[in-house]
Amino acid sequence: MCTDCPAQLAGDLDGTFPLFLAHHQDLVYGIALRSTKRPSDAEDLAQEAFMRAYRALAGYDPARIRELHPRGWLAAIVGNLSRDHAKRRAPATTELDMVADRPDTSSPGPERVAEQRETARLWRERLDALPLRYRRAVGLRHVSGLSYPELAEALERPLGTVKSDVHRGVRLLRESIDEEAR
Amino acid sequence: MNMQEARDMVKALRSIDTPAPDGLADSVMAAVGLVDSWTRIDGPIGPLYVAWGSSGITAAEPARDAAGFETEYELRHGRSLRRVAEMPEQLLRQVRKRFEGRHTDGPAVDLAVLTDFEQAVLRKTMEIPFGEVRPYSWVAREIGRPRAVRAVGSALAGNPITFIIPCHRVVRADGHIGNYGAGGPEAKRKVLTLEGIDTSALERLAAGRVRYAGSDSTMIYCYPSCRHARRITANHEVRFHTALEAQTAGYRPCKSCRPLESTPDAA
Repeated sequence: MCTDCPAQLAGDLDGTFPLFLAHHQDLVYGIALRSTKRPSDAEDLAQEAFMRAYRALAGYDPARIRELHPRGWLAAIVGNLSRDHAKRRAPATTELDMVADRPDTSSPGPERVAEQRETARLWRERLDALPLRYRRAVGLRHVSGLSYPELAEALERPLGTVKSDVHRGVRLLRESIDEEAR
Repeated sequence: MNMQEARDMVKALRSIDTPAPDGLADSVMAAVGLVDSWTRIDGPIGPLYVAWGSSGITAAEPARDAAGFETEYELRHGRSLRRVAEMPEQLLRQVRKRFEGRHTDGPAVDLAVLTDFEQAVLRKTMEIPFGEVRPYSWVAREIGRPRAVRAVGSALAGNPITFIIPCHRVVRADGHIGNYGAGGPEAKRKVLTLEGIDTSALERLAAGRVRYAGSDSTMIYCYPSCRHARRITANHEVRFHTALEAQTAGYRPCKSCRPLESTPDAA
């Protein structure tokens, strides 16, 4: 996925930026949405994150851009913005259901859609119930699909710490499922 | 929890990721200034195509074929252009205020594709008040290039942001209404009339070689369309053919419309 992006960005920022954006917009938006819960706030945050990324790239020298790991770097940018945003206002919890309204092109029957939606809602609730530290680590690893080195960069923590945070978070999730089953 | 359940959990977590909405990429591209936007709005005398980027309005011209507008824009500005439904609210409000002659410092205009001279001419033209006109020589004097009257004319003829930058408020000193890129002299007359200017009266004055109007109670002389000149009552109005004539009679130039002082006015 976009392995050549940094090299191409270093050579032609404006020409490559649309591709960079297309490759990473889901990652950035997903992180923002898990933090803000409101699609409109998430869109604003994602836009702000990409603007900061663009301005940073415009100021970096080509050697520095080539060294970038875009996913970890972007996750750190949007993660920091999300934290600032959360400090400014309490997150909403009511608009989550709007999130699943995107039309599915495989068009399963309405019952199947309702079921998928319900399952997704359940997992979001379970994830949200985790302490912030584990919620963030599990979200980046298992929802966004970042690698551990990317996670370490995104959270600005040592590799060993983020691994143990993910494992601990997954264990807490399992416990919550066992709890529900009882 | 067994291995299968663990795999199901990972799969379930991956599936709650939400893709970015359509339009996010477009708004980012616009926000970083890699794509400009345009839309159609109502102008003073007909529909206008207006384009803008992150630093302000970049183009405004009478509506025509959309594809041609986009192609020429991209060639001229080196940025792509996307059509959107509406202008950002604040920008539109400033444009409306300008069209209606209400006070506004906006909208910001981005003239980066023009030379410094052209930019100076157009920014100066933006200062001419609604409902007033100035000669080309006035613009030349105001920007510190008093002899560049013809070049001022060319810069105004190339105004990329018609109506918003009111090049229609610059007229020839000899009474001709002057050329007008955005629809010819008739369009120029029409938009000036909408601003409350009696263009026939102005032309009659100019044909009689009257360039300035003074008041014998204030001893100040103005351009005839200056808002201060229009307040002069008939029994106090004094007409002058040249600035020298006014100054010799003891009149000083108005500080608002800043008429030329004593150089003869070229067309």
